[in-house]
Amino acid sequence: MAQGAPRANLTHLQRLEAEAIHIIREVVAEAEHPVMLYSVGKDSAVMLHLARKAFYPSPPPFPLLHVDTTWKFQDMYRLRDRMAKESGMELLVYHNQEAMEKGINPFDHGALHTDMWKTEGLKQALDKWGFDAAFGGARRDEEKSRAKERIFSFRTASHGWDPKNQRPELWNLYNARKHKGESIRVFPISNWTELDVWQYIHLNDIPIVPLYFAAERPTVERDGMLLMVDDDRFPLKPGETPVMRSIRFRTLGCYPLTGAVESAAKTLPDVIQETLLTTTSERQGRAIDKDAGGAGMEVKKQQGYF
Amino acid sequence: MTDPVYVTEALIAEDIDAYLDQHQHKTMLRFITCGSVDDGKSTLIGRLLYDSKMIFEDQLAALESDSKKVGTQGQEIDFALLVDGLAAEREQGITIDVAYRFFNTEKRKFIVADCPGHEQYTRNMITGASTADLAVILVDARKGVLVQTRRHSYLCHLIGIRNLVLAVNKMDLVDYSQEVFDQIVADYTAFASSIGIESFTALPISGFKGDNITALSANTPWYQGPTLVEHLETVEVNSARDAQRPFRLPVQWVNRPNLDFRGFSGLISTGSVKPGDQVRVLPSGKTSTVTRIVTMDGDLDEAVAGQSVTLCFADEVDCSRGDVIALADNPPEAADQFEATIVWLNDDPLHVGRAYWMKLGTQMVSVTVQQPKYAVNVNTMDHVAAKTLELNAIGVATITTDKPVVFEPYAANRTLGGFILIDKMTNSTVGAGMLNFSLRRAQNVHWQALDIGREAHAGLKNQKPAVLWFTGLSGSGKSTIANMVEKKLHRMNRHTFLLDGDNVRHGLNKDLGFTEADRIENIRRVGEVAKLMADAGLIVITAFISPFRADRDMVRKMLPEGEFIEVFIDTPLAVAEERDVKGLYKKARAGQLKNFTGIDSPYEVPESAEIRIDTTTMDVEEAADLIVNTLLGDG
Repeated sequence: MAQGAPRANLTHLQRLEAEAIHIIREVVAEAEHPVMLYSVGKDSAVMLHLARKAFYPSPPPFPLLHVDTTWKFQDMYRLRDRMAKESGMELLVYHNQEAMEKGINPFDHGALHTDMWKTEGLKQALDKWGFDAAFGGARRDEEKSRAKERIFSFRTASHGWDPKNQRPELWNLYNARKHKGESIRVFPISNWTELDVWQYIHLNDIPIVPLYFAAERPTVERDGMLLMVDDDRFPLKPGETPVMRSIRFRTLGCYPLTGAVESAAKTLPDVIQETLLTTTSERQGRAIDKDAGGAGMEVKKQQGYF
Repeated sequence: MTDPVYVTEALIAEDIDAYLDQHQHKTMLRFITCGSVDDGKSTLIGRLLYDSKMIFEDQLAALESDSKKVGTQGQEIDFALLVDGLAAEREQGITIDVAYRFFNTEKRKFIVADCPGHEQYTRNMITGASTADLAVILVDARKGVLVQTRRHSYLCHLIGIRNLVLAVNKMDLVDYSQEVFDQIVADYTAFASSIGIESFTALPISGFKGDNITALSANTPWYQGPTLVEHLETVEVNSARDAQRPFRLPVQWVNRPNLDFRGFSGLISTGSVKPGDQVRVLPSGKTSTVTRIVTMDGDLDEAVAGQSVTLCFADEVDCSRGDVIALADNPPEAADQFEATIVWLNDDPLHVGRAYWMKLGTQMVSVTVQQPKYAVNVNTMDHVAAKTLELNAIGVATITTDKPVVFEPYAANRTLGGFILIDKMTNSTVGAGMLNFSLRRAQNVHWQALDIGREAHAGLKNQKPAVLWFTGLSGSGKSTIANMVEKKLHRMNRHTFLLDGDNVRHGLNKDLGFTEADRIENIRRVGEVAKLMADAGLIVITAFISPFRADRDMVRKMLPEGEFIEVFIDTPLAVAEERDVKGLYKKARAGQLKNFTGIDSPYEVPESAEIRIDTTTMDVEEAADLIVNTLLGDG
């Protein structure tokens, strides 16, 4: 859709789409063993759609990797399996065995849950299959340290990120050369904003998890966050009873860590309208940025978080 | 803020579909802000984000509390804290890397690269400027045009930014004085014309107070406009200009899902294309007709610069990554030697003569840089003599690629004229450059594609061409074994030719001595001759000491994958010296021969030779059999 009728002045979405497709093709041309990190959220949905456009009529020549924590929303697992089938791509699902055996979960282990399932799980998965390039759906407008990250973000053999030692990135020339064991994380939608993502989903009719739309769902309120009781693993505290509320999610992660907002937005234009008129930033609903003070995400990234 | 430029809430609230329609049709402008430390770049960007409602309440609350803790503006909001992202920077109070920010107005989406003002970070500024349509050069009204103002303007001009904005900032601190503003503009005008900047737009602003950012300020009644945002909303973007140039598409990837479909994918760098257009594939020069422009949303009737597409042709022409598809009767040239302007980006300085990877569009070639003709003093713009280029240095030098590159001068086409240099050992991006012009044409390579190619030559001889490249010390047994190998191959009806080191120096290379430079040239010429013979379908055998790894690799790269077979005749120095068939070691030891390999000139042992012959355990016959079997086994 964004490719529509050509005009001398391409729209911002046409330029963003063309840039992302160019980036994805460069990786396939220059990396030996690329993979697309697929988290089933709206950014992943857009990234997957762009990959399908980049290689049409071929299916994208790399697999999808879901680093799972077993604590995602049920609706996310359903969409994940459907999209893998529709795109004709192989879906790899990775669980950190150690986290599984130790029963690490978001209710009892807090930050350790994210660290083991996601940060460690991702490193283990990349090592296991020997991927040398991994696409991620991060955007520069999400968070301060992301604003400075390159589109091709170089990682050491131990997956570390050194913000002081990034490769200069000029024009649209990306340097994908690396030594054995080293890898790159690639962010094709770096220059998209949350509004761009929503509008692109709208224009291209891209399937997204229904949780982005408002519906009556069972919820409890904890520490100022509205949590959804997605399955019976949710340990209710004494006196807690799930209450049905009309809610939706602005961002999706592990259900016990993702705060919902009360909303009546049942269509995409409604959601976009609400997003634009809202007064809190997108990652506000996520616990991860609050760790380690203002530098939360930067520290996590140096350790290998996406 | 109740500024008319940003008042879209009403529309969003009342008619979201109308708003989405408006947003969908916005164009995009990328710009950079640059200036000296404390000129107020971060504050200006913070202001633009704040005024365009790109700051949410939770961020604003954090900003207010941070402003009081570490801010430099007393109790007022320090907008700079919004954009100084990394922890280290917040402590030091400076921006140390390029950061990208986003905001919208009713007409455009903007991407801002916030570029640091520190002298040592020229490389970050060049990075931010390379993708920009426009540059905002900030000047502190109290300080006027500084050395750094000149440097940043020069760099922006060098990288081809045509829309320059001179933003005279902190006007509130000079009582909004027109006199101050006019003087700075006059100073800058004189400087700008001296380096070839044809035009710029000057504005009196205060990023901190908001004057002339989104609305004309009552504090500067003498200034008629436009405001900064109005200017940003209406200036012409690069992609609009690119669409007017001849069609070029660097091929990224060949799409071949099945035997019935073959498409060529890439981002159109300039011009436009329609089904039915005659196109030429460079550097081969083959022509065909575009039949389809394929996208997942259906075939297009036309595609323009800036779009990523997949083209199908009417004919089965060879076309792969690195090739350029161009308008048939107006193609770009190919060449292998250029004058280039290079910006050095790495702590490790430029090594003149060393081979680097050069990435230009989708082409990746090996390149060497000669000693710079001059370097540019970025503070005075003077040309100064230079032996090399250090970090942040800019110079002009001749560069030579190992094969022809399809190019256009940078001024005409950023994609086919801009390149990066990559260190072959560390894989770091060490330099960036712009091709100014070619110094020699690569023999019209793209005009005449030869009908009888190397496959045809080899096919007639019923063999696979190869170059058996013998390397080893003098007296190691290269010539003896090579001679035996040729005899065996000849007996098997193979078409061969042996190039011997001593014999070649009697003719083709009799003008060359034994200095390092002459030895490199000796090997280069032999490599070229061997390549021609391989093109003619022959199995070429060469016997040269060829002591330097880089030179052997140079020849390896001249040939198609798998056709260069390095044969390391591994004889210990002591054994070779003991044999001393030609009495050369004795002379070298006596000091009568200079630069003799193994004595006063190094031999670099092959790291991954296809064949290694240990002459202390193998006789000539066994060695020759091993080589012949390996060669034919592979073939």
